[in-house]
Amino acid sequence: MTTETTITFTIDGQTIEGRAGQSIMDAADQAGIYIPRLCDVEGLHPQGSCRVCTVKANGRSTASCTQPIEEGLEVENETRELRNYRRDLVRMLFHEGNHLCPICEASGNCELQAMAYRLGITQASKFPYLQPVRPLDASHPDIALDTNRCIRCGRCIRASKDIDGKHVFGYVGRGIEKQVGVNGSKLSKTNVSIEDYAISPDVCPVGCIIRKGEGFKTPIGARKYDQSIIGTDKKQPGN
Amino acid sequence: MSDSPKKRLATTSLAGCFGCHMSLLDIDERILALIEQVEFDRSPINDIKKITRRCDVGLIEGGCCNEENVHTLQEFRRKCDVLVAVGQCAIMGGLPVMRNAIMHSDDPLKECLYEAYIDSPYIQNDNHQIPNDPALPLILDRVYSCSEVVKIDYQIPGCPPSGDMLWQTLTSLIEGRPENLPLELIKYD
Repeated sequence: MTTETTITFTIDGQTIEGRAGQSIMDAADQAGIYIPRLCDVEGLHPQGSCRVCTVKANGRSTASCTQPIEEGLEVENETRELRNYRRDLVRMLFHEGNHLCPICEASGNCELQAMAYRLGITQASKFPYLQPVRPLDASHPDIALDTNRCIRCGRCIRASKDIDGKHVFGYVGRGIEKQVGVNGSKLSKTNVSIEDYAISPDVCPVGCIIRKGEGFKTPIGARKYDQSIIGTDKKQPGN
Repeated sequence: MSDSPKKRLATTSLAGCFGCHMSLLDIDERILALIEQVEFDRSPINDIKKITRRCDVGLIEGGCCNEENVHTLQEFRRKCDVLVAVGQCAIMGGLPVMRNAIMHSDDPLKECLYEAYIDSPYIQNDNHQIPNDPALPLILDRVYSCSEVVKIDYQIPGCPPSGDMLWQTLTSLIEGRPENLPLELIKYD
């Protein structure tokens, strides 16, 4: 076994111990402290793109899913400044796509929506709704792709590449035009399968990747984030 | 209670389905406590068509899809101290906003009306004419959320917001406190 160096640092004044090489988020998860996140999920490589997990490490803003811990690091997580910052980021995601919660089958299981609940987003927003025109691909018999709801977290891309070894999904375009594309002219022309990890409900945080015929098995009101605020079901990772 | 003047409450439904007003009735017997504290001005509940005098709180259901919606919303802003957008339609356009998918076209309104009355295979409009009676309010180029048209003070999300959520907000506003929703009540569906 490798020798493990223990590193001691603080999150919001609370002393935490972690292993050398761990990210701030991993160490926080292990200690039962939740840092809000959208593009990071257990089992996939961190990407650091949504920035919702931004914390202040020794006063500097950084993505906690990619920043390694250091001895004596002082991390700020649940501060008013960071909450406002995260609120703006989540709002911008809502305004950038077409997120119609009342008609979305992911409503209640959606991490974007759950994050907005957690951050208490109810006030009128300063941002304009962009209402882009984005395609819907329902060509596959088992899977549909509604890119109106995509937040480009890249979780499906990493799952398909690293776990399924298929590279079904990938980014296309740049900046505001950046989208998730598939490795074929349409979904039915790709090697995707309903068995893929990338298609499992844990991967897509929103209602973009749709498993056909399953949407309303659990009724609205009885779903995951209808029951509890995201991040309050503190999981203690066993590994 | 009787010597203190009652607060005035006005409500209206713009481009909405009246579901939020139905949800207001879900406060059940608490409506008796509500009418102890407020007097309804213009509202579909009492069928008063115009705001009679200045109101403390205005509740808006639905966004703006035609000019009459805009006029009503502006009148509410002028005559209400606190204006609250109720439900997803008022907040971000809701289901009617789906027609905005075509607003990026060169002639969005024409495309929308042709889809609704002329071209769609599902229409049941035998003479294939776009309604143009002068009594009909003119449709806008796209659907606008309330905060795009006037200043909105508070928003109550939900489709519809639960009776508990409406009750929580109304009691706060009537007592002059800001809206303060417990996180557990915030729902967008």
